[in-house]
Amino acid sequence: MPHEATMSCGRDRALWAASQAAVWAVVLVFALILFDLLRHGLAGVSWSFLTEAPRSAGREGGIGSILVSTGLILFVALAATIPLGLCAAIAMAEWLPSRARFARFARMSLDVLSGMPSIVFGLFGNAFFSIYLGMGLSIWSGGLTLACMALPLFVRAAEEALRAVPESYRAGGDALGMSRTRTLLRIVLPAALPGIMAGIILAIGRALAETAALIFTSGYVGRMPGALSDSGRALSVHIYDLAMNVTGGAANAYASALTLIVLLILINGVAVWLTHHGLYRRLIKT
Amino acid sequence: MWRRIILYRFQIDRVVRVPLFVALAVSAAVVLLVVCFLVLESADALRAIGPWRFVSDASWHPTRFADTGQFNLMPIVWGTLWVTVGAVLVAAPLAFLMALYLYFFAAPRRARAVRSLLGLLAGIPSVVYGLWGLTVLVPWISRWQPPGASLLAGILILALMILPTIALLTDAAFQATPKASADAAAAAGLSRWGALRAVVWPPARSGVVAALVLGTGRALGETMAVLMVCGNVVRTPSSLFDPIRTLTANIALEMAYAMDLHRSALFVTGLMLAVAVGVMVLLASLLKERDPYAA
Amino acid sequence: MISRMVFMAGLLACVGLWTGCGRTDSESTRIVVTGSSTIAPMFGDMARHYESQHPGVRLDVQTGGSSRGIADARRGLADIGMVSRAAYEDEDDLVWHKNARDGIAMIVHADNPIREIDTDTVRAIYRKEIRRWSGLGGPDRPITVINKAEGRSTLDLFLAYTGLQSEEVQADVVIGDNEHGIQAVIGNPGAITYVSIGTAEYSVNEGRSLRLLPLDGIPATTERVRAGDYPLSRPLHLVTRPDPSEEVLRFIEFTQSAEAASIVEAHYFIPLSD
Repeated sequence: MPHEATMSCGRDRALWAASQAAVWAVVLVFALILFDLLRHGLAGVSWSFLTEAPRSAGREGGIGSILVSTGLILFVALAATIPLGLCAAIAMAEWLPSRARFARFARMSLDVLSGMPSIVFGLFGNAFFSIYLGMGLSIWSGGLTLACMALPLFVRAAEEALRAVPESYRAGGDALGMSRTRTLLRIVLPAALPGIMAGIILAIGRALAETAALIFTSGYVGRMPGALSDSGRALSVHIYDLAMNVTGGAANAYASALTLIVLLILINGVAVWLTHHGLYRRLIKT
Repeated sequence: MWRRIILYRFQIDRVVRVPLFVALAVSAAVVLLVVCFLVLESADALRAIGPWRFVSDASWHPTRFADTGQFNLMPIVWGTLWVTVGAVLVAAPLAFLMALYLYFFAAPRRARAVRSLLGLLAGIPSVVYGLWGLTVLVPWISRWQPPGASLLAGILILALMILPTIALLTDAAFQATPKASADAAAAAGLSRWGALRAVVWPPARSGVVAALVLGTGRALGETMAVLMVCGNVVRTPSSLFDPIRTLTANIALEMAYAMDLHRSALFVTGLMLAVAVGVMVLLASLLKERDPYAA
Repeated sequence: MISRMVFMAGLLACVGLWTGCGRTDSESTRIVVTGSSTIAPMFGDMARHYESQHPGVRLDVQTGGSSRGIADARRGLADIGMVSRAAYEDEDDLVWHKNARDGIAMIVHADNPIREIDTDTVRAIYRKEIRRWSGLGGPDRPITVINKAEGRSTLDLFLAYTGLQSEEVQADVVIGDNEHGIQAVIGNPGAITYVSIGTAEYSVNEGRSLRLLPLDGIPATTERVRAGDYPLSRPLHLVTRPDPSEEVLRFIEFTQSAEAASIVEAHYFIPLSD
């Protein structure tokens, strides 16, 4: 809280008041939204809700199979994004000078990709993965579509994590006569790991919240998926269907939304913890 | 500098280079692939209908055939434009004030609390905002000015959705100036307003612009929430209380059953969105390169 | 470090393989069902029920709208299409299997004093010739006209019954699925729209503030649809190509059986048997 003495001129006072008001207004509105969700959704969340399959189109029963589908879609997305994105980030941060034309071109195209609306990814995924590559409406095409969406986010985070590792670490590896590859694997990657993990978690968050890109790629089937070539309904698609198409589905829509948000909070928490504590501890140890 | 000095002293470094560069090339090519497929799928419509009819037709009543359908996208384009601009105009000042609060006024503990709240809000799925908008916000507006599902509802919901993103990125841009510099400015007798203008703003400028561009992009691309609250009527809005349909909602509403030329026409709208976002990102990066303060 | 990463990668690959090929035994047949979002939840339930009785059959139910059901069945993208209306003349290349009936009710907010409506009034409202409820003896409040998005069979049926052209309709709000319309009416005392009778009745029983308006003097209830004298009603169909496979036919037979009727009723539609 600023003291009276430091608020020397009227403009400062106005600035203080306005920014204070803005923060409170925003916090209030969001508290309203969260309160609304809790009020409608809390009663519905239970262990059986989380594990049972939906019955009567989701009005009754739980979201067990939906969670599994969501998990599998995420798994496909991450399995594609992490190796590709990590290699791309390493190429940009460790092998190419940051002003190199190739790196600048790649960064720019990733920037454009990260700005693409999710529905455009939905169109693309439907045309490319589902129809052109013949995957149909399946967890494969949903996951790969999400991978395209999450890729720029992850590359950016991983590149930043690698660049945050002090140059002296690399010089140290060099002085020991290690190859760059060895330095990378033994010194740089371990030091950058918390940041990279935070990037993975960011990507998960983006993928979990996605609806528009999944309706036309991974589809609507609410059954427990038996294979990755099955169609599987993601949690956010389930919420959308319950809220917009299933009369009497509102209670479970709120409960599912609450579940999704709690998942996101947990994931966010892990990301924050990793970026702050993880990096800090590791630096002290080394 | 390490990267320059010892170029490929070891065989393995040269070998490893190959998969890394391939991965980078593939990552960079994804956007081209996306655009290619959008162009490929929209080619039919562009050829059979021609770009001109998307502007000049009487209305938007697409069918499978070029001669029976009406393909005027302009009301949808205007709706999209207004809702995006409106949302940014509402969200940007609030976000800026929040970032100022975090930089100048908030105690560290409270700043951290506000930041993690913003992080959480940035991650809430759009379906949830849409649900809230449909059940709470739209009825409020309709009590006052029916029908409620309107441009205004879209602007407010979108503003809520992009506010955390803009606020967090603006905050990050401010942090480029160490708090100590601002304090030194204060010690030198500058007011906070003065410190903001002379010390904090110049290096933060390009970051703030980038935050605005990102927020605008997100508002432009948002689908589910606007579909739920905007009314989805294809008509150029003449007031804040008129319903609108956005390009994204149009795709989500019609894609499921669209066939042949209609489907292709929807890919045209997707292409338009992609081009708009591409131009914005390129503009932002141009601005950044021109900025003398940018690192 | 490296060994740990290799181990993790191996673990992930194993999980992938397990989920990828583990349970796709070659004997299972997959039946793809797409189409009308109105009846997709019901057939989704029937599919789960049928699967539990017939291991080895997998039914994938996707939505989109009746026109997608027709298109996918024609092109062979789906084995079965869900269509919530009667066949048009140019659609006899497909085989139509009738499953249930449904009516479409005009609904308004419960606070609206209007008690019934006739087709001429509906037409005038949807053309915006009547703009305020006061023109119908109601309060002085503007009428919010809610219409269905193109490509939905509910819209087709509504237009066919009222004789309106799609271009004439002056909507204030366009909605996609049923529940979206119900939510929009509940949130706006001046609104009017049309939705499936079953879902509207269910909402009223849940205590939500809606009213189903009698149409041309006939109450909009599932009983009257069942009795056959409610004018705005439609058959719900599954469509296939002329030569459906044995498994597909068997599932369709199940959906028409007395056993499936309870599922039909649970979704507030009217089963064939009566």
